[in-house]
Amino acid sequence: MVTEYTTIGEIAGPLVLLDSVERASYEELVEVELPDGELRRGKVLEVDRSKVLIQLFEGTRGVDVAKTKVRFLGRGLELSVSPDILGRIFDGLGMPIDDGPKIIPEKKLDINGSPINPYARIYPKEFIQTGVSAIDGLNTLVRGQKLPIFSGFGLPHAELAAQIARQATVPGAEAAFAIVFAAMGITFEEANYFIRDFQETGAMERVVLFINLANDPTIERIATPRTALTAAEYLAFERGMHVLVIMTDMTNYCEALREVSVARKEIPGRRGYPGYLYTDLATMYERAGLLKGEKEGEVLEGSITQIPVLSMPDDDKTHPIPDLTGYITEGQIILDRVLHRKGIYPPINVLPSLSRLRDKGIGEDRTREDHAQVANQLFSSYARSKEVEELAVVLGEAALTEADRAFMAFGEAFEGRFVQQALDENRSIEETLTLGWELLTMIPRTEIKRIRDEFVERYLPKREAPSEG
Amino acid sequence: MGAGKIVKVSGPLIVAEGMGESRMFEVARVSEKRLIGEIIELHGDHAYIQVYEDTSGLGPGEAVESTGQPLSIELGPGLLQSIYDGIQRPLNVIYGQEGHYITRGIDMPGLDRRAKWDFVPNADLNEGDEIGAGDILGEIQETALIVHRIMVPPTIRKGTLVRKPEKGSYMVEDTVAEIRTDDGIEQVLLFHRWPVRTSRPVVKKLVPEKPLVTGQRVIDTFFPISQGGTATVPGPFGAGKTVIQHQLAKWSDAQIIVYIGCGERGNEMTDVLQEFPELVDPATGHPLMERTVLIANTSNMPVAAREASVYTGITIAEYFRDMGYNVAVMADSTSRWAEAMREMSGRLEEMPGEEGYPAYLPSRIAGFYERAGRTICLGKEGRIGTMSVIGAVSPPGGDLSDPVVQATLKVVKVFWSLEDQLAFERHFPAIGWLSSYSLYHDNLANYFRNEVEEKWEEMRTEAMGLLQKEAELKELVRLVGLDSLSDQDRVILETTKSIREDFLHQSAFDPDDAYTRLLKQFRMLQVILELHHKCIKAIEKRTPLRKLLDLPVREKITRMRLVPESELDSFDAILEDIDTQVTDRSHENRTGEDEVQGGDRREVD
Repeated sequence: MVTEYTTIGEIAGPLVLLDSVERASYEELVEVELPDGELRRGKVLEVDRSKVLIQLFEGTRGVDVAKTKVRFLGRGLELSVSPDILGRIFDGLGMPIDDGPKIIPEKKLDINGSPINPYARIYPKEFIQTGVSAIDGLNTLVRGQKLPIFSGFGLPHAELAAQIARQATVPGAEAAFAIVFAAMGITFEEANYFIRDFQETGAMERVVLFINLANDPTIERIATPRTALTAAEYLAFERGMHVLVIMTDMTNYCEALREVSVARKEIPGRRGYPGYLYTDLATMYERAGLLKGEKEGEVLEGSITQIPVLSMPDDDKTHPIPDLTGYITEGQIILDRVLHRKGIYPPINVLPSLSRLRDKGIGEDRTREDHAQVANQLFSSYARSKEVEELAVVLGEAALTEADRAFMAFGEAFEGRFVQQALDENRSIEETLTLGWELLTMIPRTEIKRIRDEFVERYLPKREAPSEG
Repeated sequence: MGAGKIVKVSGPLIVAEGMGESRMFEVARVSEKRLIGEIIELHGDHAYIQVYEDTSGLGPGEAVESTGQPLSIELGPGLLQSIYDGIQRPLNVIYGQEGHYITRGIDMPGLDRRAKWDFVPNADLNEGDEIGAGDILGEIQETALIVHRIMVPPTIRKGTLVRKPEKGSYMVEDTVAEIRTDDGIEQVLLFHRWPVRTSRPVVKKLVPEKPLVTGQRVIDTFFPISQGGTATVPGPFGAGKTVIQHQLAKWSDAQIIVYIGCGERGNEMTDVLQEFPELVDPATGHPLMERTVLIANTSNMPVAAREASVYTGITIAEYFRDMGYNVAVMADSTSRWAEAMREMSGRLEEMPGEEGYPAYLPSRIAGFYERAGRTICLGKEGRIGTMSVIGAVSPPGGDLSDPVVQATLKVVKVFWSLEDQLAFERHFPAIGWLSSYSLYHDNLANYFRNEVEEKWEEMRTEAMGLLQKEAELKELVRLVGLDSLSDQDRVILETTKSIREDFLHQSAFDPDDAYTRLLKQFRMLQVILELHHKCIKAIEKRTPLRKLLDLPVREKITRMRLVPESELDSFDAILEDIDTQVTDRSHENRTGEDEVQGGDRREVD
């Protein structure tokens, strides 16, 4: 028997304080009935004797003290899952919003999940070819990795994320795969860009979408990524699919979290974000990976690879959101405004970008024996070209040595030919590496220090590289 | 002991009433799920309890029971090769029992109760002997690498041995000896419990005198840490904190490694778990895992247990130190530990200090690092054990004014400063040579001088001086251009470039480069400096700079990192090459045509 309470004492922001509650528990789901009969959902943030603090996902507009009824449902927020969720569109709390039929649940899962035992994990090592040279060659994505895109306002992160979703394959491995897409506070147009892209490429039937747009309830965003990850976990670890999760934009998620924190009058951490932002983000990002199979040494079929997208306020990498994300995720792909202005797509600045799982995901059996060393050489040569560029600004190009000039030309070619590619250009890893070697012919042979001689002998083209342009 | 009821739940903090009889830092069991928590504040009969597991679904009215025991862990055979969560529950056993996810209310002893251990008693013991804390009762070969010494626990200060230990196969709960003390007869089992927040007693602390050899050139040569020393590695994300910690766990010459993954990535622990059993200790040929204990509270595991995890780890390390081993503790990352403290402090509504951290943050950090040291351990023979502590710090945005970094720098003696810019250039380890420091140079000078090479200190100082000079010169070049430098200065820049690229840069992923012994480190630096001296001399003899820049031997120097440890003689060949090639070039000049640069020099002189 569910008791109904009409004892709301205070309403502030997204929070409601309820008095004289007999029985409630932490994180419990509540249903709130407004005077006009509208139903909203919320969860318990704190119980103190008979006082209960509730956060409403759909906001408190229209909630009153006298007539609004509150019911405690005795469980947490759950998502109904079944194989039929593929191809469907849901709101941020997991209710269908397309015109399709109701989901007949195979089971209901708590959206908070449980922490994966680190002992149960398998270290991700399987190379994913995204067809984007700046990623495959230098900051390689690996199946089971969480690799965010750090972007800024007006940069083409949506295009890049969609391109990765379209092109990502594991060479030589055919397996069931799915895409889970979580939109948090993005515009209709941006969400539509993805949906259209999925439809045009015929991928839609393998996609599950959770959409919370900019004008949807803010607090619902706190549940959206968790709902999406619950669907991903179900598809990956119970249905054996390889799931790519795209979550955009995490900055909006964090702002929603801050809103609740401020309403609770918590002591703020940096820039007003709550002190537990790290832990909170970790509980989502850590829901990526591979699990052990039943027998010793086996891998459980299925995986979750995450590509969260976040916009860095003011392009500042040290802002708490990118900063804490970078400490949890296994690297980051950083988009750069200067490259974007130069007209380079994708505007990936490879120097501060990083894939922590790269070194174990590439090499002889996975991509090619020379991959790691070529990548390191390209990194250090490009870094050198940037140094030279700076020098040229201060002293003028005339002051540069011959080697310096070679590096400068290399830098330009690197941006213009290696990083730059078309929206629909899908380069194989061999093409990417060959291109890398071609660029390396532009710098003096003695400067190739990061590559073993045998590889230089085998792969460095003997001719001069064709000049740029 | 006390039994009460929950009145409030706020995240990992719960408040219970009716707990008048409980004491601070006692363990409490919460609700019928029997979640583990620790009492961190008492107000009248209200106890504030931090719960080490997820508290969803708990509500007022549920039962709380305090156990009368402080948060303790089990110390005995079976620790090595284990992976524990923050409160010493074995994650591998949990996996076997519960599957992929960590569920709540798991109650599991830290040591396997059924494992049998072959115990060899200490032959010198006789019944009736005086015996006290730390005395060795016998030994167990726990792994091929490590002999586990069973000691009289520190709680039994002094007594008479009434039942001496016998050879045999025992389980951890079996009694191996009995000791009569003033309080009666005490049974000594194979294991004992110890409260994690209390440091294990020692006879006395000593000054460190030996380096903890890590095989990492930038560390051993320029910023060494001593056995029993403390070090910190702060740095922004992506700068390689974890790789450095892993390298030290793999290659440092400590006998026991305790690796605490505190609030970090799950995959990093998996990496250690999968890689260490495959890595082989060069001295014995056994897997490195056999000397390792892992503590994992990954970032998605309950936050309160994160706070406990560093104490669990360091207590296990102290236990092995008491046996007389050299132990190294890696804590990655102490920032997560500090944040866990901050979160609890916020929920307790304490007045915040800097950045919202509690005011007691510095004293907690100092207390943690101060448990490190080189010590005379309890026990008759006065064993010397060391415990080194290396803590990573993850300051927001890499900003070193972060309170955790500042509080840490106050107590640690070695600072390895990771720099963004180096990481972008893929110069690893990205330890900045200008901002890092080690305060152990004086303690260790004798060791390096006597045990490695007499000129060690001299060479290090010279190389460091050159690197500092480089920074000044680079500033100058930025302002007025490379041409304004004298030839001597150009040689310095060439030398420091070589120090940076051929010596300081070290690849963790190249099997030939990942580890360098001290003697090879010396020979490498010696070669670079020898070339430097010869070039400077040649310049003084008016050899043109460009002739010195393209010496063929430079090619060999760039490859010397790959010279096997067994072929150190080949460094002699490089030295010879340097000598002949520089001499040849100077000679060419004397007989050759008039050089422009040589001419310039004459005017300057």
